[in-house]
Amino acid sequence: MQVTAVRHADVLVVAVTGRIDYMNAEDFKSALQPYLANCAAGGDRVVLDLSRLEYVSSAGLRVLMIAAKDARVRKGTLVAVSLQPVVREIFEISRFTLVFDVFDSVQDALRAISPGAAAASRSG
Amino acid sequence: MRVRFWGTRGSLPVSLTAEDIKNKIVDALLAAAGRNLKTRADAEAFVERDLPFAISHTYGGNSSCVELDIGTEEYVLCDLGTGVRPFGLHVLARKGPRTRCTFHVFLSHLHWDHIMGFPFFPHAYIPGNRIVIYGCHNGIEEALRRQHAAPCFPVDFSGLPAKIEFVKLEPGKRSRHAGLDVTPKRQLHGGDSYGYRFEHGGKVVVYSTDSEHKTDDAGSTQDVVKFFRNADLVIFDAMYSLADTVSVKEDWGHSSNVVGVELCQLARAKHLCIYHHEPVYNDVQIASVLQETLRLEEITRGDHPLRVSSAYDGLEIAV
Repeated sequence: MQVTAVRHADVLVVAVTGRIDYMNAEDFKSALQPYLANCAAGGDRVVLDLSRLEYVSSAGLRVLMIAAKDARVRKGTLVAVSLQPVVREIFEISRFTLVFDVFDSVQDALRAISPGAAAASRSG
Repeated sequence: MRVRFWGTRGSLPVSLTAEDIKNKIVDALLAAAGRNLKTRADAEAFVERDLPFAISHTYGGNSSCVELDIGTEEYVLCDLGTGVRPFGLHVLARKGPRTRCTFHVFLSHLHWDHIMGFPFFPHAYIPGNRIVIYGCHNGIEEALRRQHAAPCFPVDFSGLPAKIEFVKLEPGKRSRHAGLDVTPKRQLHGGDSYGYRFEHGGKVVVYSTDSEHKTDDAGSTQDVVKFFRNADLVIFDAMYSLADTVSVKEDWGHSSNVVGVELCQLARAKHLCIYHHEPVYNDVQIASVLQETLRLEEITRGDHPLRVSSAYDGLEIAV
């Protein structure tokens, strides 16, 4: 499991790679935390790029739920994009699609949450 | 071993409404349109073969009660929800009121939906019957006496003619009762609940209801996996969606179908039976949870297929 990030203006696109299960969910939480530190009103908007996430268990989803709740409390923006078919089904069966705004692509998310970042990503 | 489900609803017994029945009939008539159903046998075959379970049947509404039949004369039950009433009536119908019977009851906990059937258990009112109640909680006898006491119920516990005994079990300690090896495990639930691992003749049935299995702690998860290890059947509280159990219903003491699949896969259990259905759900919604659980098992399956089913009042599973 790997977590990396790229900035487009006020948006951090955080890419999650690999599998998250109960054995590495705590590592995932620790790896994600720095990128969410400034996810608040007036701060970073965060896009979770899950295109390379192969599997996420309930423990990994719990980490995402905590992140979503924290972002909501701080009036930040946290969305998910590019779910692989298996992960999308896990989201749907878990009812996480009711918790997360999910977009088909990073560009779709950027257009929705930060037109400035969308423009920056196209030019850069 | 045969496992019979007499009550499968969580928290509160429910029944179908007039509107529910009407909708089932309308759906069935629409599905039957154009069919040549001339006899009762034709109609019954159509109902059994061609109608979805959620239309042709119901998951039922009695609260928790499960029977483990190991082929002996004595009866073994998990919990005393309202399902114990139809169980008792069934035994009466088969054996008559004069046959003296022994019942061994393993209680998960003392919340009302798990004991509320006892005042309506016919065998408690027949002299000569013996009822042995096992559990890990303190105060089991007191809780049962209290729900029989005025003004809640007209017949005091002390007036029950059956011989009623209480046996305290220790969590984590395997002991032999009623021909079964029984290991209780403490579970996360308000006031605690206890799951039971029953072993008999090389078969294992785990009864794990009213338990919030949080998977954020690897050590606790491993403990549950060990408890479920290689079980032939795991009866599992899947009352809420995963999203609910980690948000608005966190710490309400119940689990999800997603966690049930994960734990059974990790434990290499053979059969997951989702149980303790949300009382708000109608038959179509419970069937939908089952379909989603089947699909989840399919898309996350490794080298170990897991059978998935959904409990209903009247279901019998051969283990």
